[in-house]
Formats: sequence, structure tokens, C-alpha cells
Amino acid sequence: MTRFVLTRLAQSLVALAILSVVVFVLARATGDPLHLILPMSATEEDYANARRYLGLDRSYPEQYVTFVARAVTGDFGTSLRARRPVSELIAARLPNSLKLGAFAMGVSLLLAFPLGVMAAVHKGTVVDRAAQVIAVLGQSLPTFWVAIVLIEVVAGRLQWLPAGGVDGITSYILPGFTLGWFVVAGMMRLLRSGMLEVLDSEYVKLARVKGVVEARVVWLHALKNALIPVVTFAGIYFSILVTTAIVVETVFAWPGLGRLAYEAITSRDFPVIQAVVLTTAAIVAVVNLSVDCVYGFIDPRIRYAR
Amino acid sequence: MPVLDVRDLRTHLITRWGTVKAVDGVSFTVDEGETLGLVGESGSGKSMTCLSILRLAPRPAARIVGGEVRLDGDDLLRKTGREMQRIRGKKIAMILQDPMSSLNPVFSIGMQVKEPLAMHHGLRGRALFSRAVDLLASVGISSPADRLLAFPHQLSGGMRQRVVGAMAISAPPRVLIADEPTTSLDVTIQAQYLRLLKELQQRHRLAMIFVTHNLGIVARVCDRVAVMYAGRIVEAGPVEQIFRAPAHPYTKALLESVPRLGDTREWLTAIDGQPPDLAALPPGCAFAPRCTSVMERCRVDAPPEVIVGEGRTSRCWLSVAPSPPRRDAGLALGSSDGPPRA
Ligand SMILES: Nc1ncnc2c1ncn2[C@@H]1O[C@H](COP(=O)(O)OP(=O)(O)O)[C@@H](O)[C@H]1O
Ligand SMILES: [Mg+2]
Repeated sequence: MTRFVLTRLAQSLVALAILSVVVFVLARATGDPLHLILPMSATEEDYANARRYLGLDRSYPEQYVTFVARAVTGDFGTSLRARRPVSELIAARLPNSLKLGAFAMGVSLLLAFPLGVMAAVHKGTVVDRAAQVIAVLGQSLPTFWVAIVLIEVVAGRLQWLPAGGVDGITSYILPGFTLGWFVVAGMMRLLRSGMLEVLDSEYVKLARVKGVVEARVVWLHALKNALIPVVTFAGIYFSILVTTAIVVETVFAWPGLGRLAYEAITSRDFPVIQAVVLTTAAIVAVVNLSVDCVYGFIDPRIRYAR
Repeated sequence: MPVLDVRDLRTHLITRWGTVKAVDGVSFTVDEGETLGLVGESGSGKSMTCLSILRLAPRPAARIVGGEVRLDGDDLLRKTGREMQRIRGKKIAMILQDPMSSLNPVFSIGMQVKEPLAMHHGLRGRALFSRAVDLLASVGISSPADRLLAFPHQLSGGMRQRVVGAMAISAPPRVLIADEPTTSLDVTIQAQYLRLLKELQQRHRLAMIFVTHNLGIVARVCDRVAVMYAGRIVEAGPVEQIFRAPAHPYTKALLESVPRLGDTREWLTAIDGQPPDLAALPPGCAFAPRCTSVMERCRVDAPPEVIVGEGRTSRCWLSVAPSPPRRDAGLALGSSDGPPRA
């Protein structure tokens, strides 16, 4: 188990290192940021000065080494647009994103578990079909459209909830639901197929034969087994949440990393882009590692391996 | 009074191809300390019969549509779901076809062994622990306290079956149903497991239903045997008598194809003809298309169950009191007389 987790940790670090190169290269491949920063009237000399000031005149390897050396200490340089340390921007936005992400994950779990389990238990019935429709809609309706409709109806016409911004728990509901609903389908389908397989197993049959009450058979004996594939994919769902958050945060004016990424991309603010991508990747890596630990906790065959 | 008295049990399956009468009027009794063997080709309805007794036939497809299942005189088909839950595992225990995969891989042996003890006997804490330890010890598991902490994948196959056996007798129950408990095991382990089951049965005076493919096993562990074909019991009676002089052509065919003891070959394939399609049974006797002694009336009318000797029944026109268009009378029958049973 320890070895399993250590291996995964090493893999995550390698992945982060590769990602840092990719991000570094891509940020510089999208065009010269100085065109956006400097006024139209800027002269060649202004460009040269700005380039020297920002360290953009040095060779790419040099820039990369400097970038990594600073990034490790949390210094991602200065935002080209905001002219403030990138770390400050991240620090201001990160908590909002984490809170929204956790809320959305909660929403999706709260929807996916009952839907997936009930769909499997009532396979082929109206319950099953309804559950699948609810789940699939969340995935196939464009996120921005869901967001706009919710803002229009729930926030606008009904005036039940705020349309955007962070202002108390009520402001989490619309963006959290929009974001969470998107990943319900995948999780629900995994749970459903997992449950179907497990409900057909000999050990579930034996649990019933022993006289275990049906609710316990389903929600304990069967679900703990059906959880294994879901947990395997939890990391992936989280990554999807992170990506989708860019859209959701932008539409709901949510001051999180997603919107910061959107703003940074549109203004080619690449110190910020780099920082956002790497921070997000680090969070995803941490989540994946925790998932691996949870996995071992659920499945003793992994826990006791080696 | 028999411990278990099954009368005219009928379980139907609603499938895409129509209604399958998986259990079609099955009756038998099992006494205390007695073992009834239930034999028949795969698909003949043996498992469905066993599951119906526990009211666990797979839903929504399966439905028990008639009959009685009397446990010590009490009809289980009239019990509520809650009442059944208290009967399963406590009064009637069952060992499934594949004991190796009947243990839940993500829960400890301790959790799985303790569960029925806590549920049915309200044991908690130390008492629960020591009862679980005793139970494992009673099926011959060494260092039982340590085993309680283990997970199924850490135990050997033989050990796992013993755990399943331990859970089955934890109450101890009145009835033990073993549905082909040794099919997936190799021969030496098979013999050990049979000995264990037999010993547990005798110790607790269990009424046991032993489902098997293997007539060799029937000869060793069963007192009486019921032969199933297409959802019906076609012949039943004491093991020695049926082995010596089978009344039904199907039983006869089974016995002729039985391998020597220790031979692991499946005898089922040795019978000529296709197993019946339960969704499209012929009119008359279901075995008629494969029967070597078939007569005209067999293809028209289903034979009634008739008494063919002391505690013996058969469902065959050959066993019915002489009838005019009888062509094949030279068959070795037990006692071919006896009126049709009501
Ligand atoms: N879950 C199910 N759905 C539909 N048909 C089934 C199901 N299980 C068993 N059957 C059918 O019921 C009949 C009896 O099966 P079963 O009792 O398992 O036979 P046996 O145990 O004697 O091999 C078979 O014809 C089989 O095809
Ligand atoms: Mg079977």
C-alpha cells in the first residue's frame, strides 16, 4: 500500500514537471503579450525595454529555469495585466474555487449515488429511465446554457437566488448545481453498471440468504463493491470539474481560478496562465493521491498488496 | 411431522420468450436429520426450487404463483417480508453453488461471520466475538481469532468454504440447503467438504436438501433423492431403491451414464437429445422427445404422479396401472402398480 502510494506520488511529480514545460512553451506560442500590454503608440525601444524588464529577452531555457526555480517557492512572477504578484492573485481566487469545487462535488455525489443505485435496483423500470435522463441531461446540455437559463429563471424571474458573485451560502447553489450536474452522468452510469454487476454476485445473494435486510444489502454489501470503479474515476471527474469551472465561474461572475484563467487567457497574461494551470494540476495531483488512498481503504485487496 | 414440507410449489419466470414454468408443481418433504438429494440436468429448476423456498427467486422475473412451503407446519409463502428476513439464515440456511465467491471481498471474515449472529441472536461485543471464534473453530479452522481479521482473498479456497459452512450453521438452522456446493472444487477438497457438511448435519440434526449433478455424491450423502426434469419431480424415493431399480426412464438414463466414484466427468452430457426448452415444452410428457420407451399417449397427455412403492413416486405412463395401448412393457420397473395419487 505504502509502495503503491509512493509510486503514484512519483508519477504525479513527473507529470507536473512535464506539464510545466508544456505550459511554458504554450504560453509563449500564442503570440507576443507585449502587444496587449503596451499602448498602440509604443516604439521599438519601448518594446525592447519592456522585454528586458520582464526577462523576456533571455533565451527560452534560461527563462524556463528561472520560472521553475521561482515557481517552486511560490513565486510566479508579476501579472502582465494586473501588475501585481501572480501569487497574490492566486491566493485571492483559490479559496473561492476550492469552495465551489467542493460544493459541486457534493452536489454531484448527492445526485449520482441515489440515481445510480436506484437505477440499478429498479433496472428497466420507469425509475431507471428517469434516473438516466436526469443524469444524461446534465452532461449533454451545454454548461453555459444551463447556467444562463438558471440565472434567467431562478435568479431573474423568480428572484430566489443571487445571479452571481460570492455572497453567502445561497450564492453557491446555482453555480454549484450547474457544475455538479455536469459530472453526474458519468458517475451515475459507473455506479449503475457497477451495482448491476455486484447485485448479481454470489456474495450479495448470500447476504440475502443470511437474512440481511434489503436496504443493508444494497447500500452496504453491494455499494461498497460498486464504489471501487467510481473511486477510480473520481480523480478524472475532479479534473472535469476543474475544466468546466472556467465556463461556470465566468458566467456566474465567480471570483475563482477558473475566471482568473479565462481573464488571463484572453489577455495573454502568461505568468498568470502558467500559475493557474500548475496550481490546478497540483490540486488534481493531490486529489488523485487521496483517491488512491481511499481506494486502498475500500478495497482490502489493494491495501494488503505487497 | 416433516421439518420442511413443500407442496405443489410453482414458480414462473416472465421472460422475453414467454412464461417459463421453472418450478411446476414440486412437492417433497424433508425430515429432521434427513438428507434429500435434488438431481437433474442443468436448467431443470433445482436452484429455482431452493430459492423459492427462501422466497429469493430472482425478481422481478420470477414469481411464486402457487403452492405451500411449510416449515415446521408454518407456511412461508404467507409470511411478510420482515418475517422472512428473520427466517432466512436463522431457520433455513443455504450454501450457494460457488462457496469461493460467496464471500464479500471488501468486508472482513469477522464482519461477515458476525453479521447473522448479531442480526438473529442480538449478540454484541465480547459475546459476539467469542461466538464467532467458536463457530470458525467448529468447522475446523485453525487460529480462528486471527482469521476473523482476515479478508477473503487472504484465505485458501478450502478455508473460504469452511467459513461459508460456518455461517450457514451459525443459528443453527432447521433446514440446510446446499446448492451444488462442491461443483467448483477439485476432488480431494470435494470429499473433505462433503464430510464436513455431513458432520454438521448430523451434529445439528438438520433437514438437508443437497442439490447436485453428481449421482455418486447422492449415493454417499443422501437418504432420499428427487429427480427433477423440466421443473417437475419425475421420480422420488429412497436412494438405494432408486439406484437399484429406477422407475422412470429419465432416472434410468442418468444412472446408466453415471461415472465411477472419483470420475469428475459430467454425466449430463451422456444422455441423448437436447435438454428441454422450458419456454416451449411439448404437450404431454416433457421427457417424451428423448425417451427410449416413449409411447403414443406420452406425446399427448402428461403422466400423473403415481406411487410406485414404499415412499416412492414416479411421473411416467409406464408406472401407471396397465393401460391398453402399451407397447413397451419389458422395462425393469420397481413396482409398476399403484393408483394415481390424488
Ligand atoms: N434470472 C433468470 N431469468 C430468467 N430465467 C432464468 C433465470 N434464472 C434461471 N432461469 C431459468 O429457469 C430455469 C431453471 O433454472 P435453475 O433453477 O437455475 O436450474 P438448475 O439449478 O436446475 O440448473 C432454467 O430454464 C433457466 O433458464
Ligand atoms: Mg442451479
